[in-house]
Amino acid sequence: MSEHDSELTPSKPAFWNDPKYRALFFQIVLVLALGYFIVNIVDNTLTNMESRGISTGFAFLTEPAGFGILQTLIEFDESHTYGRTFVVGLLNTLLVSGLGILLATLLGFIMGVARLSRNWVVAKLATVYIETFRNIPLLLQIFFWYFAVLGTLPSVRESMSLGAGIEFNNRGLYLPAPVPEAGFSLVMWVFLIGFIATLFIRHWARKRQEDTGQQFPVFLTALGLIIGLPLVVFLISGTPLSWNYPTLRGFNFQGGIAIIPELLALLLALTIYTGTFIAETVRAGINAVSHGQTEAALSMGLSHGQTMRLIIIPQAMRVIIPPLTSQYLNLAKNSSLATAVGYPDLVAVFMGTTLNQTGQAVEITMMTMAVYLTISLTISMFMNWYNKKMALVER
Amino acid sequence: MTTNTPSFAPGDHPDMEPPVSTRGIIGWLRANLFSGFVDTGLTLFVFYLLYLYIPPLIDWIFIDAVWSGSSREVCEVEGAGACWAFIGSRFTQFMYGFYPEQLFWRPNTAGLLLIGLMIPLFIDAFQRKWLLAGFILVVYPFIAFLLIHGGYFGLEEVETSKWGGLMLTLVLSAVGIVASLPIGIVLALGRRSEMPIVKSVSVVYIEFWRGVPLITVLFMSSVMLPLFFSDGTDFDKLLRAMIGIIMFQSAYMAEVIRGGLQAIPRGQYEAAEALGLTYWKSMGLIILPQALKLVIPGIVNTFIALFKDTTLVLIIGLFDLLAIIQQANSDSSWLGFDTEGYVFAASIFWIFCFGMSRYSIALEAKLNTGHKR
Repeated sequence: MSEHDSELTPSKPAFWNDPKYRALFFQIVLVLALGYFIVNIVDNTLTNMESRGISTGFAFLTEPAGFGILQTLIEFDESHTYGRTFVVGLLNTLLVSGLGILLATLLGFIMGVARLSRNWVVAKLATVYIETFRNIPLLLQIFFWYFAVLGTLPSVRESMSLGAGIEFNNRGLYLPAPVPEAGFSLVMWVFLIGFIATLFIRHWARKRQEDTGQQFPVFLTALGLIIGLPLVVFLISGTPLSWNYPTLRGFNFQGGIAIIPELLALLLALTIYTGTFIAETVRAGINAVSHGQTEAALSMGLSHGQTMRLIIIPQAMRVIIPPLTSQYLNLAKNSSLATAVGYPDLVAVFMGTTLNQTGQAVEITMMTMAVYLTISLTISMFMNWYNKKMALVER
Repeated sequence: MTTNTPSFAPGDHPDMEPPVSTRGIIGWLRANLFSGFVDTGLTLFVFYLLYLYIPPLIDWIFIDAVWSGSSREVCEVEGAGACWAFIGSRFTQFMYGFYPEQLFWRPNTAGLLLIGLMIPLFIDAFQRKWLLAGFILVVYPFIAFLLIHGGYFGLEEVETSKWGGLMLTLVLSAVGIVASLPIGIVLALGRRSEMPIVKSVSVVYIEFWRGVPLITVLFMSSVMLPLFFSDGTDFDKLLRAMIGIIMFQSAYMAEVIRGGLQAIPRGQYEAAEALGLTYWKSMGLIILPQALKLVIPGIVNTFIALFKDTTLVLIIGLFDLLAIIQQANSDSSWLGFDTEGYVFAASIFWIFCFGMSRYSIALEAKLNTGHKR
């Protein structure tokens, strides 16, 4: 038997024809070529930097920066270090990305649903919005808002008052700032307790419905607990909140919350541009749920609202979330265009001013890219986790 | 009473028309504009908004606009709308940048040649599309470079620093897409390779460039690239931008092509192997021709994205269409017509991008017919 077996197994190919050895050979060649390339580049870079007198290392991060920044979320002035400019820039990037994501999601969902509306004009209007703004470069839109719209607003002296203490001029948008007084923390505590209680009630109500079929008005309860109760406490304790209105003193407005025009232009453009892509994502998601689902839900006696909330949206979200996260990612990356209008984000402050002053291109480029890579990889990790959680469990 | 009513045998009654309220214009209006209180309110609100904004916009763009003139005085008339005279006086600069005027025929010839070469690609009866596409992708770029840059065959050399306007935008995006196609194919094949090192190198490359914004890539290529080469202390600014764009774009291209490779059924790979084809033969003859055809719409979409992204080169000091308009806006002899400049730039970008996106949608529909499940 064993003799026959050995006759049937094919003879081994020569080792240079064996796929295993070939693969090994290719990969060794690749590693060597890459290694040579990288060593060469590093060597050239070090030589070039030495001949140009550029210092290396991260010591510059502890040196004083010597320049001011237009908008800072943490305390910053000329005496702070370059390392702190990195943090200031990063926080500004996160601020504009966060606000942009919030607003673009809102606009995108409204427009995506509007494009599917049964109302002809509403659907057409949403279509025109989407097709217009997604085909115009984002940078052009930022410039348009910054130079053509916000740049032509009246000066500080002729500021437009939009009512309720809101002032709007070419230095930015000034909003009244809320100032909590003694006793306001109580309201915040009540709000927090209401929020936590709502989570518990929601859990309980869902369990009860699954067990008994009885429904509980969760939404109304939540409204009462989260908004109503704190409001009552707020009124009873004598409205412990005052407003700090922006007032014109000297050459500029003082007090209140000032939103600089750079931020405003960037936010407008990012929101409007990304909103079109989110709208298309939302539309695709809703279209992906077959009409049979709606009909089945209605024939089971669910109302239109319940059909939307319990049947359509959960299924549509499964389709919407992955492309939505990549839109968020795009928005975060696109926020780097801030540098074109001088909004002090990470690229403008750190890769711009700090790089120009220190000349340490390699370290600064690496640090900036590392930040964006971290954001990207974190978001895509979240996306993979979510996909796994939401994936249909098939038999 | 009953005398007027005609009588019919059972089953012979002619069909009655549906009620007036459900057919014709009235029916359409009721169904699409006024189907309920909320709907009617919305419709009226939108119509009111349109009434408020559309007539003044049309007045500004067309009726009150100043179409010609050589200085800003013509536009400073009471009640004047858009100042298109501003665009008119700068038009050649917006199109060609600082390219010498007597040599405009060269980029024009390059452009017309490309259009001429591309027309047969859209004719279904034309048989040798792959050959022609190969010619456009491989040979044409050299012809175009020769024509636009010159310096050989007695053609006067025009430095890249003089290139600008729409021409530069088109050159940048064309180079970006053509050069990133082969790199993208290699990376996509690498990412699907079974060799662990090849695979991880491709994955790291693709994910790195996809994870960073184009602006940081452009900054990097403009400040760091000169440091990478032993003697390249100052090489061409445009070339630096192009290298940055190609590195960035090839990662996106690789992902598009990978999508195509994944869409090819496993049987095709196995059949190619069973026929005894080597890896490169099975890829080149069996898999890639099918995969590339599938991803043409995807490639058009990345081209649209790239076309819009080329505007970022203004940040590293190149004069593409947007940059040159931005510069014209700050020209003291035409100050205050920013809006006109932006509207002009926006409409050019819009026409290109919208046209291409329609083409991509049509192509998708055409290609889909054979693959629907």
